[in-house]
Amino acid sequence: MAQRQAVAPPHRLGFAATLRRDTWWVEPALVLAALTVFFGYLTVSAFLDNWAFEIGPYLSPVFEPKLHGVYSQWWFSPALLILWGPAGFRLTCYYYRLAYGRSVFMSPPACAVGDLPPRYYGETRFPFILQNVHRYFLYVALVFIPLLWIGAIRGFHDPDEGWGVGLGSFMLVINAALLSLYTFSCHSLRHLVGGGLDCFSCSLYNRTRHRIWSWVSRLNANHRLYAWASLVFIVATDVYIRLVANGHITDPNTWSRF
Amino acid sequence: MPGYEVHEYDVLVVGAGGAGLRAAIAAAEEGARTAVVCKSLLGKAHTVMAEGGIAAALGTVDPDDNWRVHFRDTMRGGKLMNDWRMAMIHAQEAPERVLELERWGAVFDRTRDGRILQRPFGGHRYSRLAHVGDRTGLEMIRTLQQKAVALGIDVFMETTVSRILTDAGRVAGAVAYRRESGELLVFRARAVVLATGGVGKCYKITSNSWEYTGDGHSLAYWAGADLMDMEFVQFHPTGMVWPPSVRGILVTEGVRGEGGVLLNNKGERFMFNYIPEYYRAETAESVDEADRWYTDKRNNRRPPELLPRDVVARAINSEIKAGRGSPHGGVFLDIATRMGREQILRKLPGMYEQFLRLADVDITKEPMEVGPTMHYIMGGVRVDAETAATTVPGLYAAGEVAAGLHGANRLGGNSLSDLLVFGRRAGLHAARYAASLAQVPSISGDEIEEIANEMYAPFHCADGENPFSIQKELQETMQDLVGIVRTGDELKEALRRIQALKERAQRVSVPGNQQYNPGWHLAMDLRSLLTVAEGIALSALERKESRGAHTREDYPKEDPEQAKFNLVVRRNSDGEPVLEKVPRPELPEEVRKILEEA
Amino acid sequence: MALRTISIYRGDSGGGRFVDFQVDVEEGNVVLDVVLKVQAEQAPDLAVRWNCKAGRCGSCSAEINGHPRLMCMTRMSMFPADRPVYVAPLKTFPLVKDLVTDVSLNYQIAKTIPPFQPRPPDPDGLYRMSQEDVDRVQEFRRCIECFLCQNVCHVIRDHPENKARFYGPRWFVRLAELEMHPLDTADRRQLIREMAGVGFCNVTKCCTEVCPEHIKITDNAIIPLKERVVDLYFDPLRWLADRLKGKRPGAVGAQQ
Repeated sequence: MAQRQAVAPPHRLGFAATLRRDTWWVEPALVLAALTVFFGYLTVSAFLDNWAFEIGPYLSPVFEPKLHGVYSQWWFSPALLILWGPAGFRLTCYYYRLAYGRSVFMSPPACAVGDLPPRYYGETRFPFILQNVHRYFLYVALVFIPLLWIGAIRGFHDPDEGWGVGLGSFMLVINAALLSLYTFSCHSLRHLVGGGLDCFSCSLYNRTRHRIWSWVSRLNANHRLYAWASLVFIVATDVYIRLVANGHITDPNTWSRF
Repeated sequence: MPGYEVHEYDVLVVGAGGAGLRAAIAAAEEGARTAVVCKSLLGKAHTVMAEGGIAAALGTVDPDDNWRVHFRDTMRGGKLMNDWRMAMIHAQEAPERVLELERWGAVFDRTRDGRILQRPFGGHRYSRLAHVGDRTGLEMIRTLQQKAVALGIDVFMETTVSRILTDAGRVAGAVAYRRESGELLVFRARAVVLATGGVGKCYKITSNSWEYTGDGHSLAYWAGADLMDMEFVQFHPTGMVWPPSVRGILVTEGVRGEGGVLLNNKGERFMFNYIPEYYRAETAESVDEADRWYTDKRNNRRPPELLPRDVVARAINSEIKAGRGSPHGGVFLDIATRMGREQILRKLPGMYEQFLRLADVDITKEPMEVGPTMHYIMGGVRVDAETAATTVPGLYAAGEVAAGLHGANRLGGNSLSDLLVFGRRAGLHAARYAASLAQVPSISGDEIEEIANEMYAPFHCADGENPFSIQKELQETMQDLVGIVRTGDELKEALRRIQALKERAQRVSVPGNQQYNPGWHLAMDLRSLLTVAEGIALSALERKESRGAHTREDYPKEDPEQAKFNLVVRRNSDGEPVLEKVPRPELPEEVRKILEEA
Repeated sequence: MALRTISIYRGDSGGGRFVDFQVDVEEGNVVLDVVLKVQAEQAPDLAVRWNCKAGRCGSCSAEINGHPRLMCMTRMSMFPADRPVYVAPLKTFPLVKDLVTDVSLNYQIAKTIPPFQPRPPDPDGLYRMSQEDVDRVQEFRRCIECFLCQNVCHVIRDHPENKARFYGPRWFVRLAELEMHPLDTADRRQLIREMAGVGFCNVTKCCTEVCPEHIKITDNAIIPLKERVVDLYFDPLRWLADRLKGKRPGAVGAQQ
């Protein structure tokens, strides 16, 4: 018998090689555009600390917890002191790995379409072997959840005028909620709360963990949705608060001073 | 003639479905050098299509269940045409075989207290079918496949056995070919286990796959073994009927086991009109009683939808003929109004997917259209109940290819347990037989050359018949003339046509070369298809009564005189089939007592 | 009935071409019906694997208009009637002939996986497992071994040299099924990392997309296995503890 080839004809190896006849490139292109816009904005936003990012009860979640004033002598935005946490969490997230794996590294750009790298080692070598630290970024991200909720509650309390409510308050709440959903739907969390068990029913402790695992699993099914929704909303909230703080738009609220 | 590889084994198992794999495992565990030969890839055998479950009196759901009740149900379902000893062994050993699967990694659906869950099924008095949703066969074959891999059993995939070789009347080996390359393979084997399944591809509307061409029946017959009860062909009451290309695909009896009901186009649960006298005492009389049964089995009787398959198939056939059928020539099977969507998706996910994808029907919202489809042959190679040995020394048979256990009609769920119980026995006794032989039987080069010449003949026959056309005509003949309801004249006509097709099959030709050539493969399968078709028609003509799955319009009643014999087909010295009426043994007193227990 | 064009790849490892066939397509026909019709009426030597024709055996995998699918579960009505439907063999496995590929690699991998090793049964000889314990395992055991996931996975589809060090999605499903089986006692994590090469997977989920049984291969099998590997190999606290005890965690001959 003739020497069998590594790839069955009519297929061939090579970037973008495919028999697909649909517009497979649309999805990775849109994802690439969206990732660039939103992550690009957030990166820039962290440096824009000279452009007001808080007003009254509202503080942009990008700068939560607030370090400005504490380290105001620093030449760069103190937001960077904290942003590595959420950024690392998203960078090593199992969903974002899919999103940029396809759209940025094009390995593969779409299913049944030839991938880009000529040699491929996946997550077995540096730098991608670092994806395995996802759970540590999860621990950091979990610390942010109460901080964000505190910020959201503070959004109802003006330092001068006291309790009230405005559109910005709601945006902070929704933002905190979406970030919580995103964090609590994490694959690593799912493993840690119960996924690592082989027997769910074997003890009361295991049964409890199984119940938590079931909740996280239900959230996990929508991890992609929460990843995008929380990303879009943190940008929207930041933009909104900056626009209000700089007087470009007016926030409908119960307070009188802005 | 081309050269060939020769392989030597103690036990050669033909077929890698449930029976074949179980036999191979038993033989290997007995220390025999064992190989399995199968026509498809490993794990694709027709067993994967089994949906409903494995019947075994585990008593996890109904503690009253035990082997005696299972035995009685099986015998009654088979209209007492069963080999009582096989039915007894089957009922006694099935629970252990199921538990063994669990030890090997099978994961059945569970009861609340963590044991194996069992569901009700047609003809079984108690909830008796260990199952996994509606993919029990897949679970079984995967478990056996993984066990066989763990034991290191050699598997020859995509290899078809063409002939059993004998030496002085004993099994000496087999001739086979690799489907991929067309190369000839010769096995020297002390014992051969046939586990090739059934004959569905004789029929047009069937739930069976292309593999079911009666290979094992024919291999045994050609080697001199007896074929018994070939007239008993089971039509499953519920196959898909629409669209045309999916006609015949199985709709599991589990739908009815879970509470599904059959309706005609007037919306009537017509099965209440078809309860046979034989089952009247144990079948519900009213819709209310039938519905109560699902929750309270002690104080209510079974719904008539769960009567044995022959009864339900004939009832559906009658409703359709009387003009009360569904738009596409079936009847309605409704689960949507009987069960919540979540529960349907959990218990019948395969059915949901199958109807949604193939027929645009959402079974959680609308009823299915179903009609009878050829499903199983109760008849097959005549075997010894204890050892699964055929009448040819060294040749064993288990599973659908063997006859005896199911009598005139098989109960749902008894097939998978049959595979396990008798697969194991066949493998075990084949291994023991192989070990007992003082010397290896010899194979003859001349005989192999003769077989090979016949095998490769279609390549040398110019402008002959297309094998696909012959198969199609055979399927139409069997469907129209040897179907659910038969008459003497039609059966005679069928035999005439089969004879003509046999002659045409001598002149088939195929284009292309030996490499993975389905036309050529079919040309060879045609010989076994025609052999079993003739056996079925001959036996059906001879049995002048209606019993179980065999219904004669010209002899509509059961005839006690004819319960006294089984029909056996064997090959005479001219190579022609001859029929023999083999007297049935009297039932021993103790067996009769069990059968009379209420 | 409508006359439609189906373009089937015909050839072997030496090469070949797409051949157009005109076929009468009936309502409800799936691609496999049409391929078999071509075989019965126009090309008896057209090689194709199939068995159950109901999506239960996983034999008839092919690439239809470039999408890995089961031919028996793909309706002709999915595709525009005025254009040919292209049917090609799977890419990742060596071609035997026409639509048939040599998938023996999978059966070789299966042999290397340590089998099920159950704990001893309860005193009455039975095993008890609750339904919630087996739900996860039952999802994995739905696998019909169609190997569409193996075919679509770019790790071996686009890099055949990785076949020697990466088992592929089907076998992670199998490993997950064993690892999460409530009765099983073996620990296969070292194999999962070092022989099965779970690290090669970059979770781009094409296996999940093509699975005809809708098994959540990536979310429910591969990622949980990756996390179990992290438990063993990338947990600094455990690493430190083991170092202090003088052990090298999980070290068994470096990979590659």
